Amino acid sequence: MILSQSTFLTIGLQHYLMLAAFMFVCGLLTMMVKRNAIGILMGVELVLNAANVNLVAFNKFSYATSGGQPLLTGQIFAIFVIVLAAAEASVALAIFLNYYNNFSTIDVERARSLKG
Amino acid sequence: MIILAQTSTEVTTAVLFYLFAAMSAGAAVAMVLSRNIVRTAVALLFTLLGVGGLYFLLDAEFLAAVQLVVYAGGTLILIIFGVMLTSKSPFSKFEPKLVEVIVAVSVASVLLVALLMAINNSMSTFGTDTQPAGTRYPVDLLGQALLGDYLVPFELSSVLLLVVMIGAAYLAKGRKHEVEAAPTPSELSRRAKTWS
Repeated sequence: MILSQSTFLTIGLQHYLMLAAFMFVCGLLTMMVKRNAIGILMGVELVLNAANVNLVAFNKFSYATSGGQPLLTGQIFAIFVIVLAAAEASVALAIFLNYYNNFSTIDVERARSLKG
Repeated sequence: MIILAQTSTEVTTAVLFYLFAAMSAGAAVAMVLSRNIVRTAVALLFTLLGVGGLYFLLDAEFLAAVQLVVYAGGTLILIIFGVMLTSKSPFSKFEPKLVEVIVAVSVASVLLVALLMAINNSMSTFGTDTQPAGTRYPVDLLGQALLGDYLVPFELSSVLLLVVMIGAAYLAKGRKHEVEAAPTPSELSRRAKTWS
């Protein structure tokens, strides 16, 4: 877990993966700790960003499998993830606005109407 | 001389990586810790900027630009609009319960340790070859791939965006305040008489 001296200055795939793992965990914590629905949405965005960092890092460091061509699969996947994240954010915000209109709050603890 | 230049490039990359990584990770921690939703949004902005810088370091310039324009410019503005629309005062606080915080922190730390161990153990199975230095990922290849091999997902995402636009507009339409029916011509003329 502790990077040796030689790998400290040479930035490799490992560094990006560790950063992405840390960001993923931070996003998960945000989702679990926040009671504000929009805070939870921001946690989701953080998790998606961590996944994107992984995708682009793997895209760069998997050159050997591409047969000499520039490898683009990871980057294209990341673009689609960004598109889906934007779509998800707008629908989630619309739902939260509707929720706020009905309950006059954005606290997720108060959304108990579907409880039996 | 060449070795020196190579080492200095490496050092520059390392310094930039640690700068952007500290920016992203620190802002991510700030997102978890901040009680104020507006501060959370600002921390998210810095995380997104840091990730954009990391994309530059990973030779994905187009993706970095998309990250800055779509995420930092679009999605974050949408979220901030949501914050402003859904709180009576934007600085209202929701405190989490202590039990929830303990459970969340323990789950997250176990997951973090597991992830780091998995990364360390499986590093030997991943490729580490990068592009030869000097060659880039050309944007025209990205466009050709999007309209070639990935045409179906590309078109599907455009349909998805249309559906999302209609769905969001339908969902966000408040049910509490019914839309006032358009006044009839006779009603309009009656109002005009009242005003004059």
